[in-house]
Amino acid sequence: MSENIGKITGVNGNLLKVKFEKPVIQNEVAYACVGDLKLKAEVIRIRGNSAELQVFEDTVGVKVGDPVEFSGDLLSVELGPGLLTQIFDGLQNPLPALAKECGFFLQRGTYLKPLPRDTKWVYTPKLNVGDTVTAGDTIGTIPEGMFNHRVMVPFKLRGKWTVEKVTPAGEYTVEEVVAVLKDDKGNTVDATIMQIWPVKMPIACYSERMRPTDSMATKLRTIDTFFPIAKGGTFCVPGPFGAGKTVLQQIMSRNAEVDIVIIAACGERAGEVVETLREFPELIDPRTGKSLMDRTIIICNTSSMPVAAREASVYTGVTLAEYYRQMGLDVLLLADSTSRWAQALREMSGRLEEIPGEEAFPAYLESVIASFYERGGIVRLNDGTTGSVTIGGTVSPAGGNFEEPVTQATLKVVGAFHGLSRARSDARRYPAIDPLESWSKYPSIVDADNVATARKLLLAGSEVGQMMKVVGEEGTSIDDFVTYLKSEYVDSTYLQQNAFDVTDSSCSIDRQEYVFGKLLKLLNTKMKFDSQDDARSFFQKLAQTCKDWNVTAYKSDEFKQTEEQMTQMLAEVSDYAE
Amino acid sequence: MQNKVYHRIEQITGSVIVVQADDVINGELAYVDSTHGTSLAQVIRLENENVFLQVFAGGRGVGTDSKVRFLGKTMQVPFSENLLGRVFTGSGAPRDNGPVITENMIDIGGPSVNPAKRIIPRNMVRTGIPMIDVFNTLVESQKLPIFSVAGEPYNELLAQIALQAEVDVIILGGMGLKHDDYLFFRDKLDESGALSRSVMFVHTASDPTVECLLVPDIALAVAEKYALEDKRVLVLLTDMTNFADSMKEVAITMEQIPSNRGYPGDLYSQLAARYEKAVDFEGSGSITILAVTTMPGDDVTHPVPDNTGYITEGQFYLKNGRIEPFGSLSRLKQQVNDKTREDHRTIMDTMIQLYASFKETLEKQSMGFRMSEWDSKLLKYGERFENEMMTITVNLPLESALDAGWQRYCIKADR
Repeated sequence: MSENIGKITGVNGNLLKVKFEKPVIQNEVAYACVGDLKLKAEVIRIRGNSAELQVFEDTVGVKVGDPVEFSGDLLSVELGPGLLTQIFDGLQNPLPALAKECGFFLQRGTYLKPLPRDTKWVYTPKLNVGDTVTAGDTIGTIPEGMFNHRVMVPFKLRGKWTVEKVTPAGEYTVEEVVAVLKDDKGNTVDATIMQIWPVKMPIACYSERMRPTDSMATKLRTIDTFFPIAKGGTFCVPGPFGAGKTVLQQIMSRNAEVDIVIIAACGERAGEVVETLREFPELIDPRTGKSLMDRTIIICNTSSMPVAAREASVYTGVTLAEYYRQMGLDVLLLADSTSRWAQALREMSGRLEEIPGEEAFPAYLESVIASFYERGGIVRLNDGTTGSVTIGGTVSPAGGNFEEPVTQATLKVVGAFHGLSRARSDARRYPAIDPLESWSKYPSIVDADNVATARKLLLAGSEVGQMMKVVGEEGTSIDDFVTYLKSEYVDSTYLQQNAFDVTDSSCSIDRQEYVFGKLLKLLNTKMKFDSQDDARSFFQKLAQTCKDWNVTAYKSDEFKQTEEQMTQMLAEVSDYAE
Repeated sequence: MQNKVYHRIEQITGSVIVVQADDVINGELAYVDSTHGTSLAQVIRLENENVFLQVFAGGRGVGTDSKVRFLGKTMQVPFSENLLGRVFTGSGAPRDNGPVITENMIDIGGPSVNPAKRIIPRNMVRTGIPMIDVFNTLVESQKLPIFSVAGEPYNELLAQIALQAEVDVIILGGMGLKHDDYLFFRDKLDESGALSRSVMFVHTASDPTVECLLVPDIALAVAEKYALEDKRVLVLLTDMTNFADSMKEVAITMEQIPSNRGYPGDLYSQLAARYEKAVDFEGSGSITILAVTTMPGDDVTHPVPDNTGYITEGQFYLKNGRIEPFGSLSRLKQQVNDKTREDHRTIMDTMIQLYASFKETLEKQSMGFRMSEWDSKLLKYGERFENEMMTITVNLPLESALDAGWQRYCIKADR
């Protein structure tokens, strides 16, 4: 128990003013004592001998003069085996365990250990006495589900350390000391299986950070072909309400070809998390044959849960992601939604009476968003293997207007932008990623020139479409009309994907390459039609056939038949005159 | 109960007064005497010995020597079977002539439900209104706003739902209601006997602003208790825009920095904290919320409807006295409308498609195009659809509505 005790002098919402005597640390955790309850709080500003604390709970019942215990530790998470399949709140409280303890409601002041203390893990040492190690090196391994969980030299150690003692193989709990390390000055450190790391500091135990170039397949054609995401890259998904942000993230969390997915539900509906919670254990990951939940961690700080913990939840998520990256794994962090996180910053900034920036967001909004996304990346670890953290955040812009500060600050720092449009979702064109506005700086799975050709056609088609609204079909030349139909064809058969169809909802990279090749051929074919009606009915028929093609299994007999059918249809209208 | 009395008020701004007192807890209640009687007040901020109190009846009439008496407890509301059939104000005082209830006091604004304890919604709430039951089914534990413009019959719609909905308890929270509307609700529920399964918490436009802020919390706290007693509760709130405006008013008086069109920065969190009370307790009852949100200037990007849209699971658009089928959406309907009757989805889709074609035909007609036989059929269909299905006063069980769809509309129109 810490001896550093302060006294509350003011309460304003979830902001406490505390008078202290002994030294306090910026961002250290403190507990406000209300009767028997201890409410977790974080120091966010210090002036003279008065500290300001944001409390992660409701502050009803707090009074002036109540004691506050300063812990001396920064806001931290526990890292170790047992994180996977868990559901935590923003402060890493295990929610299922809380439910067992408190029932339906989240009782304030109840904090449980994130990692179970009684589970025994099968441990195999990898080090010998006398070895020299640095922070992040593997001490031993523990099988956790389908992964080999590395027990690592504590990340906080600096310089070279010599192994003094190793614990033999056996079954241990997370608090077991598995190695004793000594530095050249004779200091010793006990390394346990589990370690603790402050959430707001990136884990930087790697030899170099590399450029993200390899694609991370999402099996969504729009994304993988047109607006790809790289392993270790960052992307954002802004969109108005009802445009399908959350559904898109759910599809990604299922399909993405990564080892581990961390879902940070930050200030959104609890109902959406529940769907993931209840469905994932039953869904089978086709890559591993195991339940999807086995590779998932959910951080869940939904909209009605305390606002300050919402701010912490994205950091908790990214710290867990970095931890698994240190094991040479590819991790995808999905944050839904970063706007709610920014709003949490705004609420706190308002209480601190800081001078507001645009729309009352704090002036440091941009740098905070930038440093969060910068925690993504692909790195070469000390042992030569690589690991990556890919970060995707949804943004919920007020009124669906992308000009607002959070969207703009995010766009500056991400590598791909998947803008969702209301017009597309109203027309039931899912995924509602706008093909004209979105962009990506990462390389596509298909040739860049070909993607450019397709995008140029989409743009041309949309221009013709706009024009046609004014002059009508009669005033449009047949060539322009065919361009328009071609672009609509790309949209309806390639960009749109049926999320409810098992085959269509996850389109493999191989298949995308193949289908895109076919599509390109069609786009480059000169066609001859007698009338606009002929052209329209041809494309309608072709599109329907192609949609049937999309739902057949890749390379199956049916697949080949339908393909043959389409080739013939195309041959009938091709213009070989030139 | 300790009754500390203070006589010296340091500051009065709007409805917020400051007294110097010690041993006061955050959120504590107090009585403030003014020349116009006694009002409740709540502690909203503490700074050294200064205590900031929000006076429910407003600052008007409070003198610098007014008496402030702290009660040593936070805001509570009574909960018992006796609440049914009663009408209260936003601070929980009886608005009808019934007795004051003081038994079994419960805290308001309690903790939120553990997401790990939530379940996927599975039961539909029948309202007898075809535009809801057939096209955008309301689901237990769902939260849905009714977006509308001032002047639309949204209160009539709520009253209709209160009469017809197949639930155990109805809790009506009125915020900034016109007195006429309050009487309308009371009489309408009384006439039909629905009052005996309802509790009303009503803040009228002439009541103090602060009481408006308490209405959703009180209504939902009571709803939660009923739900935990295995009751299916439907909470009707009208109008959440008034609630948000009261929040704005208080925030500005407190000199908070406004974020968007004067609304406080925590508008989203505040609204979400209320809406997220909708829940289905496994093995017990449930809370479903329907809340009217008027859109100033029919603008859905206004901060209140915009933030609401991000929180709720769909929305009903009330336009020209009807629930508009195109803008409206119940995001949870897929969870239940495959279990009602096997033709439910088919009829829903067909009728909507036909109605969409009817709209196109109307456009064609207004531009003076020649009407084909199919077009005139559509016109007839559309007219009947609007009169017999879309009117909000219609009371048709889901099955009859589906049958009506088969017999009168689809088949006739197809022939």
